[in-house]
Amino acid sequence: MSRLAQRIAAAKAEGRAALIAYLPVGYPDVDASIAAMVAAVEAGADVIEIGVPYSDPGMDGPVIQEAVEVAVRAGVGLRDVFRAVEAVAAAGAVPVVMTYWNPIERYGVERFATDLAAAGGAGLITPDLIPDEAGAWIAAAERADLDRVFLVAPSSTDVRLRSTTAASRGFVYVASTMGVTGARASVSDAARVLVARTREARPDIALCVGLGVSNGAQAAELAAFADGVIVGSAYVRELLEGRGADGVRALTADLAAGVRRAGVPA
Amino acid sequence: MTTTSPPQPGDLSLPARPGWPDATGHFGVFGGRFVPEALIAALDELTEAYEAMRVDPVFLEEFARLQRDYTGRPSPLTEVPRFAEHAGGARILLKREDLNHTGSHKINNVLGQALLTKRIGKTRVIAETGAGQHGVATATAAALMGLSCTVYMGEEDTRRQALNVARMRLLGAEVIPVTTGSRTLKDAINEAFRDWVTNVETTNYVFGTVAGPHPFPAMVRDFQRVIGDEARVQVLEREGRLPDAVLACVGGGSNAIGIFTAFIADEGVRLLGLEAGGDGVDSGRHAATITGGTPGVLHGARSFLLQDENGQTIESHSISAGLDYPGVGPEHSYLHDIGRAEYRPITDAEAMEAFALLCRTEGIIPAIESAHALAGAMKLGRELGPDALLLVNLSGRGDKDVETASAWFGLGENGAPTDEDDRAVEAGRGADPGPGMDTDQQPTEGAVSNDRVVAGQDAGETA
Repeated sequence: MSRLAQRIAAAKAEGRAALIAYLPVGYPDVDASIAAMVAAVEAGADVIEIGVPYSDPGMDGPVIQEAVEVAVRAGVGLRDVFRAVEAVAAAGAVPVVMTYWNPIERYGVERFATDLAAAGGAGLITPDLIPDEAGAWIAAAERADLDRVFLVAPSSTDVRLRSTTAASRGFVYVASTMGVTGARASVSDAARVLVARTREARPDIALCVGLGVSNGAQAAELAAFADGVIVGSAYVRELLEGRGADGVRALTADLAAGVRRAGVPA
Repeated sequence: MTTTSPPQPGDLSLPARPGWPDATGHFGVFGGRFVPEALIAALDELTEAYEAMRVDPVFLEEFARLQRDYTGRPSPLTEVPRFAEHAGGARILLKREDLNHTGSHKINNVLGQALLTKRIGKTRVIAETGAGQHGVATATAAALMGLSCTVYMGEEDTRRQALNVARMRLLGAEVIPVTTGSRTLKDAINEAFRDWVTNVETTNYVFGTVAGPHPFPAMVRDFQRVIGDEARVQVLEREGRLPDAVLACVGGGSNAIGIFTAFIADEGVRLLGLEAGGDGVDSGRHAATITGGTPGVLHGARSFLLQDENGQTIESHSISAGLDYPGVGPEHSYLHDIGRAEYRPITDAEAMEAFALLCRTEGIIPAIESAHALAGAMKLGRELGPDALLLVNLSGRGDKDVETASAWFGLGENGAPTDEDDRAVEAGRGADPGPGMDTDQQPTEGAVSNDRVVAGQDAGETA
């Protein structure tokens, strides 16, 4: 049973979208990053997307790159990630890990699935692993009862929307715009179209929108048509600019209010 | 192949391709597509357009015309007997890709991909570059075909290869120094992918080597295989036999795949890829991906790579910017896996020795990349003995490397000693000829009119 799907459905039952906060493990250090995640949970995030540091984050913009580079240089690895997973689960949110593929391949796919499940993780978001290459991961996730969140993009064809959503469990990550992570002035138009197309491809799975969302007003716009709102770079910026767990708490409060103003037309 | 006339350069679709990759770009367990979903549509579009183009007579004619009239193909084969005296007396034939327009084999691939860009209606190309050769080739093709061009280059490499930065800018390209990560080729590739995922509607990514996600490894191979297709016929015509071994340097591996492909089916022909051994594989400072790496995923494909226990890419080290890459094309990993090709490391010092030797014995200044293949030939020649016939891909010329070589050998401006040379002399290294400054080569050495200029391998460290 998918814990991500359950949590997003619970938010829906409250008449709102779920709030998903991304934070990478290891910035500014492992303990402080875990404290920031717990602060986000306490301030109202439903799901924490726990980022695995990677040396070549091809889908990330400058903000996340800067933070992750620090963690990579410090030698942060999956053992630290599992600690974060345990802390987030203990704080009461659903932990899902976001990772580029190579750290998992290096660790061993089966071993990773076992250890992630043991730590209390719900599953994986894989920005550079498409279902076509994910046979080993899907089999391991099946065995360990883990969610696998794949991405769809504005450039995805209808055929790919069908195959990608069919392979997904938990939710589908709807990339709102073409490009890398980072705050944007406007995110909703392309996202609205893509959410509608994706819903047609598979009506029975939650659709969460990410890339570019940075404040409560944008979250409210997206919450009008998406099941969840994913915020990443805005969180990392709080840490990069030294506002720490307090900054994370304040941002979460703004975003959590935003996802509760659902229904406000853009 | 039984023909004895040189192949027409346009016969791209005619020679048999190896039985790999499969339809989704896998070479055994290697290759594939490990990229964001956002790029899949563009990769599919490229694959489809390329498969149509490669058998289209109009394209083949245009491609052949450009290769003949613009690049200057076919490139000649040159025997180098004075150099071969240092290779156990084996006979050595060089495939002269250094004589191509823009100075290396990179133009072969770029012309094909630029034509493909026009065919799919895009107006802008982006490229990554390490040594700058692929960047220069891409800027050249963009100028020729009226495309706008942006080249990503690690900031570190823009310093090492300042001449090529100037060449690209002269050709009208925008050069963006990349300041993330290790500031070298791998980070330039990351930036180029970020640009592509953002601008994919107008922009085509002209990838420079046989790595990256499908279709790049297979497509770049097809554009580069002209090297081996020509060379195989040239060797047969000249010698009436196939070579005993074909050698090429391997960074990403496009020049090696280019010359290997025609010989894959010739089981008696050894295929030898020479990787950049840097300070030695045991030192940890190298770029010998297959020799010293492990399988993993980098830049869109599964292949060998240099990585730590967390799966983080390890920075590579090589005197040659063009080989200074922690990954390698997936077909090389596969050829290694099935035992069809061998891969060996060549240290910086061994490469520079071969570099100097070719300059002084044959009057050819090779690219430092290609000097790794020459060093491999010196070793293999000694192993195989005087009857051996070796075919070496001289993938590029060394004009871009003059500064690096000067620093290595301690050749100051106009041959005068520099401060650095003085330091080297004080450190007690100046008295002996360093690697490559062969004392047997007195007649040509006279050009360097002092006897204290050779700093040896440490000179490169402080350059």
